[in-house]
Amino acid sequence: MTCLPSKTGKKLGLVIDLDICVGCHACATSCKEWNASGYSGPLTDSDPYGANPDGVWFNRVHTYEVKGPAGDSRTVNFPRSCLHCDDAPCVTVCPTGASFKRAEDGIVLVNPDTCIGCKLCSWACPYGAREYDPDAGVMKKCTLCVDRIYNASLSPADRVPACVAACPTGARSFGDLGDPDSGVSELVRARDGFDLMPEQGCAPVNKYLPPRAATADKTAVPRVLEPQVRDTGSALLRWLDVVLSR
Amino acid sequence: MHPALSVIFFTTASGAGYGLLAWLGILNAGGLLPDHGGSVLVALSVALGLVTAGLLSSTFHLGHPERAWRALTQWRSSWLSREGVMALLTYVPALLFAWGSLRGLSGTPLYVGTGLLLAGCALITVFTTAMIYASLRSIEAWQMPHVPPLYLLLALASGLVVYNAIAVWFAASVQVTALLAALLLAAAGLLKWSYWRQIDTAPARSSPESATGLGRLGTVSVLQQPHGRENYVMREMGYFIARKHAARLRRISGLLLFALPLLASLIAASGLRWIASLAAGFALLALIPGVLVERWLFFAEARHPAMHFYRKS
Repeated sequence: MTCLPSKTGKKLGLVIDLDICVGCHACATSCKEWNASGYSGPLTDSDPYGANPDGVWFNRVHTYEVKGPAGDSRTVNFPRSCLHCDDAPCVTVCPTGASFKRAEDGIVLVNPDTCIGCKLCSWACPYGAREYDPDAGVMKKCTLCVDRIYNASLSPADRVPACVAACPTGARSFGDLGDPDSGVSELVRARDGFDLMPEQGCAPVNKYLPPRAATADKTAVPRVLEPQVRDTGSALLRWLDVVLSR
Repeated sequence: MHPALSVIFFTTASGAGYGLLAWLGILNAGGLLPDHGGSVLVALSVALGLVTAGLLSSTFHLGHPERAWRALTQWRSSWLSREGVMALLTYVPALLFAWGSLRGLSGTPLYVGTGLLLAGCALITVFTTAMIYASLRSIEAWQMPHVPPLYLLLALASGLVVYNAIAVWFAASVQVTALLAALLLAAAGLLKWSYWRQIDTAPARSSPESATGLGRLGTVSVLQQPHGRENYVMREMGYFIARKHAARLRRISGLLLFALPLLASLIAASGLRWIASLAAGFALLALIPGVLVERWLFFAEARHPAMHFYRKS
């Protein structure tokens, strides 16, 4: 069971465009909303409105400053979730078979009924994608909204992960990365999509698209705005202005 | 990595217990066990007590201890599962060995064979424990060739130090076993020193640049964390001891785990009756905190690549 499938039928996953992510956290909150009652629900929170809020989230949005060699600097928002790796170390270390990769579509899941909560899978994952739920006593992780994408009671347009449906800028795409002709595969090819930490040898399925090169002409002098109100009133008005401005 | 007390206690206590079980089987085959049956039974009880207490402690940090039996099913892929299977299997020759000892079967070939089988099972169990850590690709300080031999050497050394303390209590000679303990401690100490040197100098496999893939644009630093408080990942994977404290704790563990028990074991091997007894007892008293500090450091010094997403550089 915890041996990885030698080959998966599809490689369902996400492509995340770091160029247009605005860091609004809508993916994270809508993920939390959907999954709180989904396959891995509830996503327990402790002290949610207190001084030390804590809880299980499948999606975390980081913000980085990237300083270039020319002294330029840019802000990059960076959503992070499970990458549904082809060579998923979190699966093979599982002693109970609760952690598994589906042969039909490559989704990595945890069976909440057989997980013993040993946390070894979270140590094995270099991406920190798994979060332990101390209340349920089991490990939880992104399900790629397995209970949405095959949900026949939803309209076909809604059969995408909650994070993809929620993204206001279209920075997240969902599809079969194992099919070279799929939209997501074409996107990855066109935009030079990359793997996170390829040196860890996990062969992640999810891909990230790099921020595009800056297009603004850095040598141009910034335009100075003209003042909209000119100081041309009478002496009385100027005096009134001074008095009223105190 | 967060040093969980239950796991530190498990690996050290069961390590010493399995080491002691292995030695009882080996010493019996070599004709080096004292004729006094009482000391063997006490040693067996202590070993099984240590092993059982360690195994029970390892289930304390589980979210669902009542499902622990499921951990025996995935031995094809998981070292944790293999360890569970071996830990239970080892009870069979251990209890047969104890039964034989009670029935006074000490000299029979079957008893010697059972003892050797016990030694083999105990050492394989320690190896599987080490491989739980050494098989994790993500944690470079654990996935090192040093780790399995270190676990084995430390289990054998601590098991033998426990044996010597029990043997002198029953006024049995420890001349050979104390010398063996000193040799094992020296070997383990050298290997640990080499391990520390290596983790200090080896460059990290990943970086914030490779974690985010943004290294192509420049150097990456955290501008804003994704959440205001620590989450599970930061608590579990983010624990890292300051180099200054690590250096001091390494010296403490070097002294208590290696230098003092080694010296005391050499004195115990000298054979002077009451000095040998005192020295064998002292070796054990120094070794216990020493091995706990060593194991605490094994966790606290290990870095996890997920922290590249969080760490301000």
